[in-house]
Amino acid sequence: MAVRQLSIFIENKHGRLSEAIKGISESDVNIRALSIGDSSDYGIVRMIVSDLERARDLLGENILSKVTSVVAVKMDDKGGALYKILRALEEAEINVKYTYAFTSNKQFGAYVVLRVDDVEATEKLLSEKGFELATDDEIRA
Amino acid sequence: MPQYFQPEIETASRDEIIRIQNEKIVKQVRHVYDNVAYYRDLMDKKGVKPEDIKGIEDIHKLPFLKKDDLRECYPYGLLATDLKDCVRIHSTSGTTGKRVVAFYTHHDIDLWEECCARAIVAAGGSNEDVVQVCYGYGLFTGGSGLDGGSHKLGCLTLPMSSGNTDRQIQFMMDLNATILCCTPSYAAFIAESLKERGYKPEDNKLKAGIFGAEPWTEEMRQQIEEGLGIKAYDIYGLTETSGPGVAFECSEQTGMHINEDHFYAEIIDPDTGEVLPEGEKGELVFTALDKEAFPLLRYRTRDICVLTRGKCSCGRTHVKMCKPMGRSDDMLIIRGVNVFPSQIETVLLNEGYSPNYMIYVDRKNNTDTLDIDVELSPERFSDNIADMQEMEKKLAAAMRTMLGIGPKIHLVPPKTIQRSEGKAVRVVDNRKLH
Repeated sequence: MAVRQLSIFIENKHGRLSEAIKGISESDVNIRALSIGDSSDYGIVRMIVSDLERARDLLGENILSKVTSVVAVKMDDKGGALYKILRALEEAEINVKYTYAFTSNKQFGAYVVLRVDDVEATEKLLSEKGFELATDDEIRA
Repeated sequence: MPQYFQPEIETASRDEIIRIQNEKIVKQVRHVYDNVAYYRDLMDKKGVKPEDIKGIEDIHKLPFLKKDDLRECYPYGLLATDLKDCVRIHSTSGTTGKRVVAFYTHHDIDLWEECCARAIVAAGGSNEDVVQVCYGYGLFTGGSGLDGGSHKLGCLTLPMSSGNTDRQIQFMMDLNATILCCTPSYAAFIAESLKERGYKPEDNKLKAGIFGAEPWTEEMRQQIEEGLGIKAYDIYGLTETSGPGVAFECSEQTGMHINEDHFYAEIIDPDTGEVLPEGEKGELVFTALDKEAFPLLRYRTRDICVLTRGKCSCGRTHVKMCKPMGRSDDMLIIRGVNVFPSQIETVLLNEGYSPNYMIYVDRKNNTDTLDIDVELSPERFSDNIADMQEMEKKLAAAMRTMLGIGPKIHLVPPKTIQRSEGKAVRVVDNRKLH
């Protein structure tokens, strides 16, 4: 069920991000979502891409990349949707390391991506609470 | 006001100094040969017997000691007296986990303190002075050395140790300190702090400062002298030879008089080991002529230096050394602490990082900064920034344990630090000290 996210490590310097994703942007691989965590020295770029294997190839050997399993939850694109999900996790004492959300071009509203330690347990909990999870295929399409 | 602490020896004729050195070296070589197996082996290997050393002119026959020998001999290998006769140790910041431990008998402490007392008098001090010692106290020799010298001379001594600038300033002003002893960078920092608090240079009672333990420039001297309204004097020494006071500046401020009755200095070619004539630039080598517990013979300091024996207007006759002009090895002196790039490499390897790194040293607001670029390995890359920061913190802590000072760690992508084919350039020192 889990969604695979592509993360890359870049220096926090002028032009590094565009340099890193140049190959991807010149291909037909689509970056569906992107979020950055940064320090003064570096940035960690997390992406949901339409074709993960090809994206990794296109980054080349010189870009440090890694695939992580994350949880993606579908939600309505309206106020309060994210809050409900976070409350459910908080009550179950599941710690979210980072999160980002993006709207979908599909009929339903948006996705929220959650980075947690135990993907399986988190997915189980959210399903039980009635939230709808996105599959890897779905979120890339 | 006295001009010298020990006038008869500080102004002794050249012949008299040589006579003292001749007498002491013969005795010292015998003492070391009889009591230090490690050095006896070195002498035997070189085919030199104690009786071959008939005077100071024979010193070139003796084998050198290097830092590596000292590490190998840790802790007791170079000890030349019974431990029961030793009263103290001091230690360097150490490398690859092994430090250099120097031992002192009562006699050794005495002669060291005498040397420091000479330095204080040369800076214009007498028993009427209030000496504020803000070198670190402890294993580091700075605090104890100047403290001892100050006692010997009969000054009121303020044993402040380093840090806590507010308190330094409070005592300096309230107790009318007249002589300041610390690293030059700390002196500059104190000057700045005084200014920030609205004090003018003439508001303090300081007249002189004795600054050492790290390289500094003439520009920095001028800055400190103006900032504190004092005369700033250099002092030289190393734990291996006792501590500060091996050499010190006089009123002329053109080089440091070496206490030749206790320490014999040579300048050698660092590549061949050949002794160079006076006035030539080379590596400074010291022989402790009358230390008992830790008497190093021909110890290679790795400091590049020139010795001059001209007449000095202060009246002292002892040979002068210039400010060290660099190092013949890759040692860095950062905030007064000796740092070898190899130590940094050891920590990286221990902690599972690639041995590709760059060291950047700079001096900002008169304080040395140490930054290390470290390549992140693919296995260590985490998409979670908190994990990465935890990693940097852990590495910085391991560095601090090894080096004695904390660096700032910068993680960089793999394979981004330039590989070199010959000798890798790993250090960029932007301080421009030499």
